[in-house]
Amino acid sequence: MDSALIPEGVKRCPLKWFAVWIGILNVPLMVGVVGALLCWGLALNQTNMNNNYPFALWIAADLGVIALGAGAFFTGFLRYIVKIDELNNIVNFTVVIGVICYAAALGILAIDIGQPLRGWFIFWHANVHSMLTEVAFCISCYFMVLCIEYVPLILENRQIDKFRFPHAFSHRLHEMMPAIAAVGVFLSFFHQGSLGGVPGVLYGRPFAYREGFLVWPWTFFLFILSAIACGPCFTILITKITEKFARKQLVKRNVIDILARISGWLLAGYLVLKILDTVYWVSSTAANVGAPAGSFYANEPFGVWVLITEVGILGVIPAIILLTKRARENQPLLMLACLLNCTGIFMNRWIMTVQSLAVPVMPFDKFFSYHPNWVEWATTLMPLWAGAIVISLSYRYLPIFPQEKELNPL
Amino acid sequence: MFPFAFEWANDPVHFVFMGSLYAVLVVLFIFMNYCGIRATLDWLCKKDEPHHH
Repeated sequence: MDSALIPEGVKRCPLKWFAVWIGILNVPLMVGVVGALLCWGLALNQTNMNNNYPFALWIAADLGVIALGAGAFFTGFLRYIVKIDELNNIVNFTVVIGVICYAAALGILAIDIGQPLRGWFIFWHANVHSMLTEVAFCISCYFMVLCIEYVPLILENRQIDKFRFPHAFSHRLHEMMPAIAAVGVFLSFFHQGSLGGVPGVLYGRPFAYREGFLVWPWTFFLFILSAIACGPCFTILITKITEKFARKQLVKRNVIDILARISGWLLAGYLVLKILDTVYWVSSTAANVGAPAGSFYANEPFGVWVLITEVGILGVIPAIILLTKRARENQPLLMLACLLNCTGIFMNRWIMTVQSLAVPVMPFDKFFSYHPNWVEWATTLMPLWAGAIVISLSYRYLPIFPQEKELNPL
Repeated sequence: MFPFAFEWANDPVHFVFMGSLYAVLVVLFIFMNYCGIRATLDWLCKKDEPHHH
């Protein structure tokens, strides 16, 4: 029924099966919508957040999806500025993933601020001394950039492309893409870094505080590096999952290999700097303010295992796999490395937000535990279902994989 | 926040911070308008070009 809308030369499942798939995805999505409406209608007491944990699952997830979305700006940077032409075959898909990630970040923030009607206050009553204000500016602007990058993909739909103006507009947008990608790189660099800067400047919390360069704590640079190390891995992971569902190869192996190799080197570089930062923080920064490292890991579940898991299992292991040619060419191992890398970024963001707040800072402070409730889980997982719907629709109706026809001749 | 808002202060932080935001917004506005105008001219002049990917 919708065959006229499907790109030429490719095969898609029947519309009824597609409708069933979208219907299934809508069920958990609606549960998340109920959770969001509860928060907006009855206030944030519907969650397990409290004065000890004003930054909780939502903010950790927010920072996580923004880091995963770094694949969009970084692949754009590699394609349009470094001129790695092979990445042309995956850059469209990274834009789709980026739009989903940043829409998710903004959506979660809209729930987290409790009163979305006052969301514009951050622009109008901007606190120009706050890194979070800079983050809000940058992610809003970068979301616009991603939408501008997504528009030509929509205009290339088989039916829309028949009209002369959308065709010409799409063509002109493509011509401007290197400049638009450069704006995206500028914005992403600053908000990825500033997200790391937020915990790094908390001098009242020795667990999070770091020294740094000029106004930027070391976490500023670590967050940028970790984001560009994991973004390409998330792109690979989602591409592979899409290939599993589509039951066909969509991107050539050499394209995936380039991204995996770059990600591996960046992850290795990040790990070296992260370990150096941790050693300096434990031996100097925290020690100088009378906060022994043992006190940071004295409260379970935030024990030393957290640090070992984050740096070792979710850092060193994927880095080794991504840097070893034979391991990288093994598809299940590559998937495992990407999964570990992406999980590691979420764990890092969780530690820098939730664990930072969990560690007591005063002698009379007690440790309070925190477990997200169903409202927080349902709303946090919403982007997963919404993202799957957007990817499904984009895959079905838009030419996002230029190599698909060549790899799967009809 | 615009320079005529009561919270505005004529200090470097406000100029750099808000100036960067407006600079990015202006650049994006110019990009979109440039593409829109060029596309309109292409359409009116019946100029048909293939997509660059």
